[in-house]
Amino acid sequence: MGRVRGASPRVFGTSGSPVDPRSAAVSVGAAWAHAPYPVIVADRDGGLVELNAAARLLWSQAVRGDALWDTVPAWLAEAHGRFADGVPDGTGEVSGAVADRFFEAHPTPADDGDVVWWLIDDTDRRLAEAALAGARQRSALLADVSSQLLSTLNVTRCMEATARMATDHLAEAALLVAPPQGRRHQLTYAYRGGPVSQVTAPVDVHAVPGLAEALQGFPPVPARWIDPASLPSWVRPADFTEPVGSVIVAPLPGHGVPAGALILLRSSREQAFSGDEELFARLFAARAGAALSAARLYTEQASITATLMRELLPPRLENVHGVEYAGAYRPSRDNERIGGDFYDVHPGTGPTEETLVVLGDVAGKGLDAAVLTGKIRNTLQALLPLATDHERTLTLLNCALLSSHHTRFATLVLASVRRLGSTVELRLTSAGHLAPLIVRSDGTVEETATRGSLIGALPKVTSATANVTLRPGETCLLYTDGVTEARGGPLGDELFGDHRLKRVLAECAGMPAEAVVERIQMLTAQWVGSGSHDDVATVAISAPRGADLTMAGGQGRVGSTMYRRNG
Amino acid sequence: MSAPPAIRTDALVDELWQAVTGGDEYTAVEVVRRARADGTDEETLLLDVIATVQRRVGTEWAADRLTVAQEHAATAINERVITALVHDRPPADAADRVPKGRVTVSCVDGEWHAMPARLVAEVLRLRGWRVDFLGAQTPTPHLVSHLHSTSSAAVLLSGSLPTHLPTAHAAITACQAVGVPVMAGGRAFGPDGRYAHALGADRWAPDARAAAALLEEELARPHPAAARQVLDDLPHLTDQEYTFVAQSRGRLVRQTLTSLENRFPAMRAYSDAQRERTAEDLAHIVDFLATALYVDDADLLTTFLCWTADVLEARRVPAHSVVTALGVLGEHLREFPRALRLLDDGTAALADRPRRPVPGSDIEA
Repeated sequence: MGRVRGASPRVFGTSGSPVDPRSAAVSVGAAWAHAPYPVIVADRDGGLVELNAAARLLWSQAVRGDALWDTVPAWLAEAHGRFADGVPDGTGEVSGAVADRFFEAHPTPADDGDVVWWLIDDTDRRLAEAALAGARQRSALLADVSSQLLSTLNVTRCMEATARMATDHLAEAALLVAPPQGRRHQLTYAYRGGPVSQVTAPVDVHAVPGLAEALQGFPPVPARWIDPASLPSWVRPADFTEPVGSVIVAPLPGHGVPAGALILLRSSREQAFSGDEELFARLFAARAGAALSAARLYTEQASITATLMRELLPPRLENVHGVEYAGAYRPSRDNERIGGDFYDVHPGTGPTEETLVVLGDVAGKGLDAAVLTGKIRNTLQALLPLATDHERTLTLLNCALLSSHHTRFATLVLASVRRLGSTVELRLTSAGHLAPLIVRSDGTVEETATRGSLIGALPKVTSATANVTLRPGETCLLYTDGVTEARGGPLGDELFGDHRLKRVLAECAGMPAEAVVERIQMLTAQWVGSGSHDDVATVAISAPRGADLTMAGGQGRVGSTMYRRNG
Repeated sequence: MSAPPAIRTDALVDELWQAVTGGDEYTAVEVVRRARADGTDEETLLLDVIATVQRRVGTEWAADRLTVAQEHAATAINERVITALVHDRPPADAADRVPKGRVTVSCVDGEWHAMPARLVAEVLRLRGWRVDFLGAQTPTPHLVSHLHSTSSAAVLLSGSLPTHLPTAHAAITACQAVGVPVMAGGRAFGPDGRYAHALGADRWAPDARAAAALLEEELARPHPAAARQVLDDLPHLTDQEYTFVAQSRGRLVRQTLTSLENRFPAMRAYSDAQRERTAEDLAHIVDFLATALYVDDADLLTTFLCWTADVLEARRVPAHSVVTALGVLGEHLREFPRALRLLDDGTAALADRPRRPVPGSDIEA
C-alpha cells in the first residue's frame, strides 16, 4: 500500500487525546471516537480524514490524507465514490470483507461534503449462517440417504445405492468393498455421472492402507495418511482415469453384522477432503452400514425361511400312470405360503401299482400347524410300503402323533388310485375328514361313503373305506373345510357351504382335473373377497377323457398349477 | 421376425379352436408343434394363435355359446399347449444369449386370469430376459418380498378385471417404494391405459409385444423418497365415497335385493340359485361402482354395464333389469353425489346402447 508518510494522523484512540476542533465540533461529535465499531471519515474526493480507535485496529498504518483507494478495500472505496457523487442507489448499506472479518458499512453525510462510514462487524452472524446452511444441507442429504437406503432390503441394491450416492455427494469415484466370501469380495464401483457396476473378485485388501482394518471394524485411518499413488489399480472404477488426489477409507459399521468398507476417491484437480468432509463421510458410512446390515440380516432370514419352507410347500402335481392329478393350496394368511392343510401324491412304483394320495388338515393355522403337517407327511412317506392297508396306516400314524409332543390333532383322507383300462379305481378312506365328492359325466355329484375317526386324539382309530370307479372325464375331489366354510358371497356373511360346492361341481362335469381345482379355488377366493378365510386345499383326481393316450405317460405334462406354486 | 401371412395364422387359430373346444389336448398340442416344425416362430404361435383362441373363448362364453365347463376346459388345454410349446423350446435358444436382465411378471392380487401374464412372461423369455413369473393370485406381500430378495429391473403387473384396480394401486406404490419401476398391462387398466397412468404406473403396455419393446428402453428406478400415498394420486378419494361403497357392499346388495323384491313380486318366486345369481349381479355392479369411484371415471362403470346387458341378453334375460337395479341402488346412495352421477351416466349409457344380436365384448384374456 503506497502511502505518503507525513503529517501525523489525528487519531481518537482510547487515550482520550484532545479532539480536533473541526472534526469534533463540526462533523460528528465526540462519542464516535470511542464507538466499539470502526468509523472512518473521508472527504468528498476520497481522501481519508479520520479514523476512530476501532478502525485503527484494521488500518493501523493509515494517515490523514491517504487516498481511500489505497487504504480500504475496493468495495468500500467504490461505495464512497458513489455516495459522494450522490448516486441515488449508492446511499444504502454496502458490505464486504476487510482482512478476515466481514463488515456492513453505513454512510452518513457530514459537513463540507465529508462522509462518515459506520462499519458494523457482521462476521459471526455470517459464519453462523454458513454453518447453519451447511448443517441443514447435510441433514437433508442424510435424510435423503436414509430414505434411499431404507427403501430396499436387497443387499446388492443397497450397495449400489450407497456407491451411487457417495459419488453424488462426496467424491468423484467410490468403491464399496463387501465383506469377504471365502477369498473373494463383491466390489461395487461408481463414478460420478457413470453407471454403477458390480464384480466379485479375489483382491488383496492389504494393498489399500486401512482397508483390511476397516473391514474388521477398526477405526478409520485419517485421509492424509494415505498416499494416493500407492493405491492398487483395482480400486479405481474403469472410467476414472485421472490421477487420484485424495482418498478416504471408511468402515461401514454393521452393528454385529459385517457390512464392508467404503473407499472414496477424488482426482488431483479437485480439492482434497477437508476435516468436515471426512466427518460427513463417516456419518454417511454409518447410515449405509446400518442399512446394509439390515438388508444382510433380512436376506439371511429370508433364505433360512425359504429353505425350511421348501419342505413344507405343497408339491406340484402332475399326471401319473394315466391318471390326472391337480392340487391347489391357498394359505389363510396372505403373508404366509404354508398353513395347516396339506396334500401329497406318492406315485405307485409302476402303472399297475396304486398311487397314494393324501389330503389333510391339522387343527390350527400358520407356522405351528405347518410344522405338524410336515411331520405327518414324513411319517406317511415312511409308511408307504404299508399304505395298501388304509386302516393300518392310519393306526400307525395315530400312534406316531399321540407319542409326539404336539397336542394338535388332524383329519385326513387317503386315496389309493389305479388306472384300469379306461377307468380309474379308487379306494378312499376318510379319517374324520370331509368325504370326497365324485363328479360324474352327467353332472351328478356323489358323496363317497367313507368315514372314520380323526388322528392324534384317541388311542384307537376306526375307519370305513369306500371303493369308487371313475369313468373317463369323471373326477374325485378331495378338499378341506376351508372351501365349505368360506364366509362371504354377494351378501357378505354367508357360508359357501356343501350345497353350493355340489352345485358348482355339477358344472365342472367333464373338466380336466386342474380346471376343476382352479374353479373351486377361484370361486371360494371370490366368495371370501377381501375377508379372512381358513386354509383352502383341493386335490382333483380325474380319469382322462376318451382314449387320450398322451396322458398315460404323464411325463412333462404338468398342469397350470405348477406355475402357481413356484411363486 | 417376419410374421407369416395372416391367412396362415387364421387357419391355425381355427384348427386350435376346434381342438381346444373339443377338449382334445392331443390334437391341440400337435397343431402348434406342427406349425412350429413348419417354420412358424414361437412368438407368433403364442400371441397370434394361442392368445387369439383364448380371446375367442371369452367372447364365446359371453355370447352363451360355451358353457362354464367348456370355457375352463378350453383354458386348461390352452395352458397345456403353452407348456408343451415351452417344453419343446431348444435349450440353445435361451443359452446362447446373455440374458438382458431380470424382470418380474405378476398378476394383481385377486386376479385369476393368469394367461395374459404368462404369455408376456414367455415372450420376454424368448427375447432373452430372465423372467420370474409369479402367476395368478399373487398376494402383494409376496410380490414385495420377492423384489427384496431379487434384483428385478422392473415389475410387469397384469390385470384383467378392473375391480382389482385399488389392489393394483397398492401393488404399484409398494413396488415403487422399494425402487422398482412398474409397467402395467391388461384390460383392467383401460383401453388406452388411462387407469395405469392414474395409478402412477411408470409405463403402460397395450400388449405383450409393446411390453417387450418398452422394456428395451431402460426404465428409470423410481426415487424412493418420492414414495406416494393413495391420496397423492387420487385426491378425490377424500370424499370417502369409495370407502363407504366398498365397505358396505354386502349391505347395499341386501338392501337393493329387498327393495327389488318388494317392487317386483315375481322375484319372490325365484329359486335360491336365481336369487343368488341376482345378488351376484348386484354385487358386481357395486364392485364396479366402487372402482369407478376409486379412479373417478364413469366409463369404467358404463363399459361394464353395457357388457353385462349384452351377457344377460345372450342368456335371454331382459337388460332392462340392470337399469331397474341401478335406480334402486341409487335410492340407497342418496348422500353420495359422485356415486349418483356415475349411476346416472350408467343408466344413460344403457339407454343409448345399440341393440346388438351378438355381444362383441369380452372380459376374458
